[in-house]
Amino acid sequence: MSRHGPAVLDAGQRHPVRFTLNGRTVSGEAEPRMLLHDFLRHVLGATGTHVGCEHGICGACTVQIDGAPARACLTLAVQADGAEIRTVEGLAPAADRLSVLQEAFRTHHGLQCGFCTPGILMTLDALLRERPDCGEAEVREALSGHLCRCTGYAPIVKAALAAAEALRETDHA
Amino acid sequence: MKPARFAYLRAATTEHALEALHQGGGEARVIAGGQSLVPMLTMRLARPALLVDIMHVAALSRTDDDGARITIGAAVRQRALETRDGLAQRQPLLAMALPWVGHMQTRSRGTVCGSIAHADPSAELPLVLVALGGQVHLLSRRRARRLAAEEFLTGMMVTARAEDELIEAVSVPAIRPGTGYAFREISRRHGDFAIAAFAAVADERGVRLAVGGVAAIPMARVLPTDQALGDALDAFAWDLDARDDLHASARYRRELVRRIGGDVALEALRDQQARAVKEAV
Ligand SMILES: Cc1cc2nc3c(=O)[nH]c(=O)nc-3n(C[C@@H](O)[C@H](O)[C@H](O)COP(=O)(O)OP(=O)(O)OC[C@H]3O[C@@H](n4cnc5c(N)ncnc54)[C@H](O)[C@@H]3O)c2cc1C
Ligand code: FES
Ligand code: FES
Repeated sequence: MSRHGPAVLDAGQRHPVRFTLNGRTVSGEAEPRMLLHDFLRHVLGATGTHVGCEHGICGACTVQIDGAPARACLTLAVQADGAEIRTVEGLAPAADRLSVLQEAFRTHHGLQCGFCTPGILMTLDALLRERPDCGEAEVREALSGHLCRCTGYAPIVKAALAAAEALRETDHA
Repeated sequence: MKPARFAYLRAATTEHALEALHQGGGEARVIAGGQSLVPMLTMRLARPALLVDIMHVAALSRTDDDGARITIGAAVRQRALETRDGLAQRQPLLAMALPWVGHMQTRSRGTVCGSIAHADPSAELPLVLVALGGQVHLLSRRRARRLAAEEFLTGMMVTARAEDELIEAVSVPAIRPGTGYAFREISRRHGDFAIAAFAAVADERGVRLAVGGVAAIPMARVLPTDQALGDALDAFAWDLDARDDLHASARYRRELVRRIGGDVALEALRDQQARAVKEAV
């Protein structure tokens, strides 16, 4: 800390970055210019998060930052210091078991090549948590932040609505 | 592409941020939500030497409602305002427009003040600021000043902000009795920038229609509500000096101003009447 507060992180030098990733504390070093998706993939080796356009349009890189879906490609790794990050690797409850949402994607063919899938899952996971009663209009609006070149979206919408229903049933049970 | 090198400072206080902007001059730049700035860094359209992150300054994270005005701090994210309890009762136009600002995945990070600072001609929040007659609160080590929305927005992505100035907050009048509001946006898909967007406020002075996405900055005009409306809309449409671009022709934009602009003005009048009925009971 300088007289005014924290110090400047110099350009071109690596600085420690630490945050919670899927419930575990992780750390690494990043230049200020390193984007969060590169930090996840190249420094931490968490390659579940995909990268497409690198300027916020396609949604492939979507992760959850402090509970809300957000673009990893529009976040600096140093901005994520101290945050709680969730990625697709954190969705399955066990190594041999998929989450309800993931299982619904499998049942309803919500993916083909799978490039867009990790980002879409992170958006829908947050949506179903925040709005358990959400209907088709809300699902479609949330999906407007993602591009999928394979499915034509209809099976993704179906999977999301099926997962919402299954989650509501387990909540009532 | 990847951003060029820059230094990064996580400001702890407003003074700390102002000092860094003062020292850095034109080479320092505020980073708020990063939803417009990071793409510009990645494409190397922006090459700052220092980024000053203001999102951890507690004093900038507040939204204050004193009954007459709603003041939104620089670190308030779009999503936080959108989900604020009672927003639709306190300022309906903000509640109507916020869901149109990008996607839920960008509103979770992007700030209200960052959108005003960025001053994109198609952006919804500068339009709402102009429609409501809002103010931009600027602060630097040298001075504090407040500018009306129309004084602040000077051109396409150009504003009256000096290099060392921080937008500390923006403020808008809260709902007033006897006032009606309406908002509509025309875009290819939800979440895309507007081809044209409209915000209208009806009160005892008449209907004020603001149009975004057509001129270089959002423009507002008070319109007559009798049979002169059609001619007034036509004159407004021409005066906005619409451009042709990839998304739509100038002629199409003028037609949107005439038709949708007129609809939105009348919708604000109907909203005013509906609210008057509710206020009377
Ligand atoms: C896919 C996508 C779609 C989008 N769609 C829309 C849309 O439909 N409508 C829309 O309006 N926007 C849209 N945006 C942009 C919107 O998301 C941004 O949030 C907003 O334009 C900027 O806010 P920010 O907080 O992210 O600012 P930043 O990106 O951090 O900063 C933007 C600029 O403002 C300056 N700045 C920020 N805060 C301050 C401050 N307090 N004082 C001084 N200067 C400041 C920065 O230096 C920078 O020059 C979209 C973005 C993406 C990626
Ligand atoms: S890679 Fe981030 S939105 Fe496309
Ligand atoms: S499954 Fe291939 S892009 Fe969506």
